[in-house]
Amino acid sequence: MSAGAVAGAIAGATAGAAAAAAGARVKAEATTAKREAVLRVYRGDASGGQEVEYQVPVETGMVVLDAIHWIQAHQAPDLAVRWNCKAAKCGSCSAEVNGKPALMCKSRMERFAPGEPIVVRPMKTFPIIRDLVTDVSWNFEVNQRIPPFQPRAGAEWKWQQHDVDRAQEFRKCIECFLCQDVCHVLRSHELKHQFAGPRFLVRIAGLEMHPIDGVDRTPFLKDSAGIGFCNITKCCTEVCPEDIHITDNAIIPLKERVVDRFYDPVQMVWRAITGK
Amino acid sequence: MSPEPQRKLSSSAGVAPAAAPSYRPATCTPPGAWRGAGYGQPFGATERTDTWWLMPLAQALGLGLLGLYATWAAFQGAHYEFGNYLSPFYSPLLKPAWWPISPAFLILWIPAGFRGTCYYYRKAYYRAFFADPSACAVGEPRKGYRGEVGFPWAIQNLHRYFMYFASILLVFLWWDVIRAFIFTDPDGSHYLAIGGGTLAILASNALLTMYSLSCHSLRHLVGGKLDCFSCAVAGGPRHGAWSRLSALNAHHMGYAWWSLFAVCFADFYVRMCSMGVFHDPMFVTFRHLFDYAPKISHFLL
Ligand code: SF4
Ligand code: SF4
Ligand code: FES
Ligand code: FES
Repeated sequence: MSAGAVAGAIAGATAGAAAAAAGARVKAEATTAKREAVLRVYRGDASGGQEVEYQVPVETGMVVLDAIHWIQAHQAPDLAVRWNCKAAKCGSCSAEVNGKPALMCKSRMERFAPGEPIVVRPMKTFPIIRDLVTDVSWNFEVNQRIPPFQPRAGAEWKWQQHDVDRAQEFRKCIECFLCQDVCHVLRSHELKHQFAGPRFLVRIAGLEMHPIDGVDRTPFLKDSAGIGFCNITKCCTEVCPEDIHITDNAIIPLKERVVDRFYDPVQMVWRAITGK
Repeated sequence: MSPEPQRKLSSSAGVAPAAAPSYRPATCTPPGAWRGAGYGQPFGATERTDTWWLMPLAQALGLGLLGLYATWAAFQGAHYEFGNYLSPFYSPLLKPAWWPISPAFLILWIPAGFRGTCYYYRKAYYRAFFADPSACAVGEPRKGYRGEVGFPWAIQNLHRYFMYFASILLVFLWWDVIRAFIFTDPDGSHYLAIGGGTLAILASNALLTMYSLSCHSLRHLVGGKLDCFSCAVAGGPRHGAWSRLSALNAHHMGYAWWSLFAVCFADFYVRMCSMGVFHDPMFVTFRHLFDYAPKISHFLL
């Protein structure tokens, strides 16, 4: 076969493949464009409310937040929803989709089977303001009480990458508070006056493991942040949209530090003898 | 354009020494001030539409069955040896005359304590047996909850001590693995071979070792407790060890299950051979190895 014939065959094959792909795309679009999803959205406030059903046309690549926006634009302009980036980065659009705490902008509509109702409700751990919006300001109160970063006196502002790898994982947090929402200590047992919650244990881990931080937060962890209330059942890790290994990398290492200080008898005797 | 001034790299000037923080409750709000709709939901209440109950059920069955088998096997006090094989539940074999029950109980408190206080098993049994919670975003059966704050659950904080004891136990268990390779002829001479029991005991110990190496407490003691690896004595090797243990730690759940299954299987295998139910197959035999160094086998056995 001549070089020209080969090139022609390749061009022909490419054109054929492109046409087939375009055909498939048109078909897929035609089928998804026809598809309608049923959303049951919680409407109400502190005095009560109920799920309201909406039919929403589904388009390729759509997320639950798009569907909520479609409802706002076409059917219920008074539907309250908090959002900002639609890119899973601002942490505003936290809600519960089919009972699971999730970012609405990261919940793809394709995930749900055709005809499966999609129930969208506000986070259950915080007091509702209206519809999908809850009052998460308790979290900011907790945050303020955490002893902030303070460098050791005389510390060099230079460190190796491997010294901050751990803390960098915790800096990925977008403060969506989904982990706080799912944590049973806060959600089911309402121990907000005793337990800071996984988001803030993540923050404390980032501070405590920082190579030049000089503050000792171990007593705070035990007595104020209430780390003992966490029973490491890992729901926080399951819902974190930033894939932070909250339990394995933040909470358990902090629990071990609390053990060093308050529960390990040998270390306690050693400290008493050496004064260190 | 003037060059940018050298950035100051030391914090010694201008920064007050860290003031002692005042330890107040994490939040000063009174109990119940921020209550949401999740509070007090009845057991099992959820909007989840998936089979959330399947995992706790499977875990309860798995832990329950393997736990029951281990308890039953420990109570037997018989059929734990077959030739050069020793069941891991009975290793090291201690049989003091004054001990009235099965010798397994002199040993088993160590692995039982190690697993019982393990961070992974805690998750598994708090979910499967205590429904605390049985699955995420699902209502719980009890109102009162103190987590691991008070007695008895604060005892979980002694996990590292069980880890120390379990590490000693591992040395004996590896001794058993070596012994499981050395068989004895009727004339008393020894030879090296690989039988079914050798593989069962080797697999159980290899998995137990991986389970122990992936322990959270070990990871902490090896290097996790440091804030700055490059400032610490032997920080480089400690960072290397910590990184490797962290990689294993990511699979701690898998090692927990596989090692539990394998250790029960090793006991079951030895038990069945000892009871004459199984015929132990011999896969490979190196008959003359000890002809040249007979003292080694005498030392080992
Ligand atoms: S692991 Fe601890 S902090 Fe995370 S959800 Fe469970 S109890 Fe809450
Ligand atoms: S730790 Fe994860 S789940 Fe929790 S607030 Fe941060 S990003 Fe959200
Ligand atoms: S809108 Fe920003 S995270 Fe969803
Ligand atoms: S954490 Fe599981 S054995 Fe230590």
